[in-house]
Amino acid sequence: MAEITSLHAAIGSLLHDGDTVAMEGFTHLIPFAAGHEAIRQGRKNLTLIRMTPDVIYDQMIGAGCAKKLIFSWGGNPGVGSLHRLRDAVEKDWPQQMEIQEHGHGDLSNAYVAGAANLPFAVLRAYAGSELPNYNKNIRFIECPFTGEKLAAVPAIRPDVTVIHAQKADRKGNVLLWGILGVQKEAVLAAKRAIVTVEEIVEVLDAPPNACVLPSWTLAAVCHVPGGARPSYAHGYYDRDNRFYQAWDEISRDRESFSQWIKKHILETADFAEFQKVLKENAKEQLV
Amino acid sequence: MSGANYTTTEMMTVAASRLLKNGAVCFVGIGLPSTAANLARLTHAPDIVLIYESGPIGAKPEVLPLSIGDGDLAERADTVVSTPEIFRYWLQGGRVDVGFLGAAQIDKFANINTTVIGNYKKPATRLPGAGGAPEIASCAKEVVLVLKQSPRAFVQKLDFLTSVGYLDGGEARKKLGLPGKGPVAVVTDLCIMKPDETTKELTVVQLHPGVTREQVQKATGWEIKFAMNVKETPAPTETELRVLRDLLQRTAVAHGQAPAA
Repeated sequence: MAEITSLHAAIGSLLHDGDTVAMEGFTHLIPFAAGHEAIRQGRKNLTLIRMTPDVIYDQMIGAGCAKKLIFSWGGNPGVGSLHRLRDAVEKDWPQQMEIQEHGHGDLSNAYVAGAANLPFAVLRAYAGSELPNYNKNIRFIECPFTGEKLAAVPAIRPDVTVIHAQKADRKGNVLLWGILGVQKEAVLAAKRAIVTVEEIVEVLDAPPNACVLPSWTLAAVCHVPGGARPSYAHGYYDRDNRFYQAWDEISRDRESFSQWIKKHILETADFAEFQKVLKENAKEQLV
Repeated sequence: MSGANYTTTEMMTVAASRLLKNGAVCFVGIGLPSTAANLARLTHAPDIVLIYESGPIGAKPEVLPLSIGDGDLAERADTVVSTPEIFRYWLQGGRVDVGFLGAAQIDKFANINTTVIGNYKKPATRLPGAGGAPEIASCAKEVVLVLKQSPRAFVQKLDFLTSVGYLDGGEARKKLGLPGKGPVAVVTDLCIMKPDETTKELTVVQLHPGVTREQVQKATGWEIKFAMNVKETPAPTETELRVLRDLLQRTAVAHGQAPAA
């Protein structure tokens, strides 16, 4: 059964230095509040997994939380590069970071294999691509029935998966909808799962076939309204694109980045303070 | 181009959109491909089925998405499925007619690089990476590529081969046994290229109005070949330009990048 608790307590007790962690979301429901809390608590040596690492992983990488990144597309969606990710890969700042890169089909299959408790995923891809030359976790196998050569990748089994969702009930059952990416698979593949939610309600009222994660698949549920900002939560709020654009400028420079992290994460009590800044300021003042 | 009432980017977008047939199932990359695919849907191809890798199938966005996973894509789609399902059932399952992609670098056999510029281990520029492109390039029945033409993008040798076109040409792709046929056209701001039937080398088949062969050669990092009969791309029609500009204007207003009219 999930414990309904504060985000501070959940990250404190469930996410440890050195863990392999997936904070998933495909541009929707990005768990920004949880990422900020990991930075605030000074997590180190994490292996970060995500299909589409974006601004929150850029912040965690720049803040020195990550020793390795497993991913398939790393960018500031709709804006451009992730400057902290690039600085880590190109110039080892703030520390050397190993990368292991895949394609989306491959990484999403690897989560499915993790959720299914299988050792690896199989797919038809990568013939002719150079990616397998640089990622020893992409290999080829022969189909035992037809002899066809297929790609294989090891299952993903994070120590911790963190996602953001729209609703939970008082028992900790979680409902999410809209663009769901690999959130369900990432939760079911993980040893421990933390979900932050927009609201806690008496009854979920979920229609059949809705994406519900039962309380007993989760370790913690945390009530963090706005916890996906500046990304969006379908039915609750839109993406704050001003911040994605502002981030391009903030993150270009090590000094302005470090100042920003200090001011808006390290010296704040919780995510509500950053949300207040987002709400009350014009784009120019976000920098 | 002097005197033309449209830009080279508009010409490229329009030319790319015309290649998409009504009713085709099209797996769309973000950016230029998404703009061209939606232009096709709003002009000659109202029944085109747009699939975005984040999960929407049959997307009909009112404005162009900021990112590959905008809520508007989900809201107006026929259905929204998970990302593993998109790649497993729909793309690998063989249901995608056209994969519509961009690239940072392309070579003469339409192999593409979206991974790094420079050395992989110590890159000069770290690019976003593969995304869905390797699987789309393998499994879509056909691939159409759209990107601006310059010597930096059209290179003799890729810094990294992310997604496969025709490898080193001829029968090389066929020998790999990939389900998809590979790239059938590359649309740029200067011209349209198609792979030669035998060698698979990209060959200019259409020049956009006012563009010279010298211009194309200057923007290409290898000695570019021209087809026997190079045609001129018909200029964008008034309707195409109006619909495209309306779409871009609506988009800018919706994303707070332009004041409402």
